[in-house]
Amino acid sequence: MNGRQAIILRDVRLAFRAGGGSFQAVAFFSVVCVLFALAAGPDLRLMSKIAAPVVWTAALLATLISLDQIYRADREDGSLDVIVATSDELALTAAAKAAAHWLSTGVPLIVATPLLGLLMNLEAGAYAPLMLSLVIGTPALSLIGAFAAALTVSLPRANLLISLIVSPLYMPILIFGAGAASAGAAGDPQYAANLKLLSAATLFAAITAPLASAAALRSNLD
Amino acid sequence: MKPSLYDLANPLRFDRIARAALPWLVAATIVLMTLGLYFALFNSPADYQQGQSVRIMYVHVPAAWMALFCYTVIAGASAVGFIWKHPLADVAAKEAAPIGASFTLLALITGSLWGKPMWGAWWAWDARLTSVLILFFLYIGYMSVWRAFPDKTRAARLAAILAIVGFVNIPIIKFSVEWWNSLHQPASVFRGGGPTIDGSMLTPLFLMGGAYMFFFAATLTQSMRSELAARRLARLQEIDARSSYVLVEQ
Repeated sequence: MNGRQAIILRDVRLAFRAGGGSFQAVAFFSVVCVLFALAAGPDLRLMSKIAAPVVWTAALLATLISLDQIYRADREDGSLDVIVATSDELALTAAAKAAAHWLSTGVPLIVATPLLGLLMNLEAGAYAPLMLSLVIGTPALSLIGAFAAALTVSLPRANLLISLIVSPLYMPILIFGAGAASAGAAGDPQYAANLKLLSAATLFAAITAPLASAAALRSNLD
Repeated sequence: MKPSLYDLANPLRFDRIARAALPWLVAATIVLMTLGLYFALFNSPADYQQGQSVRIMYVHVPAAWMALFCYTVIAGASAVGFIWKHPLADVAAKEAAPIGASFTLLALITGSLWGKPMWGAWWAWDARLTSVLILFFLYIGYMSVWRAFPDKTRAARLAAILAIVGFVNIPIIKFSVEWWNSLHQPASVFRGGGPTIDGSMLTPLFLMGGAYMFFFAATLTQSMRSELAARRLARLQEIDARSSYVLVEQ
């Protein structure tokens, strides 16, 4: 097992154990959906119409609050200095950190989505497009978010700044993701176009975000 | 020796050049702005569809150009600062941000004022409007990074990385109107095959565009001068504090 696999495995284990971020992220995701539902009122027709965008927004927010954790612990116990100093290809290590974040936050959110869809009166035909758009789109959220976490790693508390940095970068993902979910449910031909744009955004983030993260980590630790 | 961009890296030399250039930049801004506003408000026809509201366009369209242009300047200066560690490039990028954010806000507000009588709504969630709003938030995030880090060298590097990453948004904004069928009209000035709007309207448009450009150059030069002066002052105070500390020790 090489170093990057070890990092992924360790991060995922830590996240799923007691006190880890996975459970909290899923709980927060559900709470946001419930808050939306409470605010929108008991109209089930309206609910089924806004369910997919609400789930997308909640997934985005749940990702957002977990971002600060990505490099925080590594920074505090000094292992980040070792990682940056010894990594042969820091961008790939940054990609591994983002992958670990997706496995421990993105995947649990996707798994929890059908249950929330049920609560929010999501139509039967809307489940597959919503899940598919989340599977394609949430890796981009983790990748871009890990970049923002790397950018702010030397600050003592960075949650607000991270939200500010990441929100404009997340907006295209949210537009294409929620757009694909809604278009797919309605049988709209825009479905394929939105999915393709979402895939393009994820692939683009997969290439650029780790490189930018590596540059940001180096600038923060010099 | 061949003159290069590095000659400007000396803050004193920059200050000398900037001080000489400033009156000309300000004068050009005033002349172009006066001419532009005269043409825009009095000496151009009302649109056959938009009526007198078309005159908002002479404020709105160049502001939108500048919103994109300023971000491009920030990203370019950031790249120069990040790659070649040119000290003035970082200052230019930092000081261009508030100006660019103001142009973006001006474009959003004037667009909204125009949209109410024309589209019947202050705001529409279409591609162009949304992406310009995203641009505005990018400016805010960029400026926040500068403020968040106490160490200016580190802040410069990190802000530069963010500016370069955020640059992805610029082509999206430019082409959003062509890629998505949006409510916003397609480009009518800078397009393949020449402009589609009448010459009588192009004159005030370009005059205002030129005025904004010189305004940007003048404000940027002045803000860079004051930023450099502030840094020098902070450095002097630091030295002063250190030497008085030494005196107390003795």
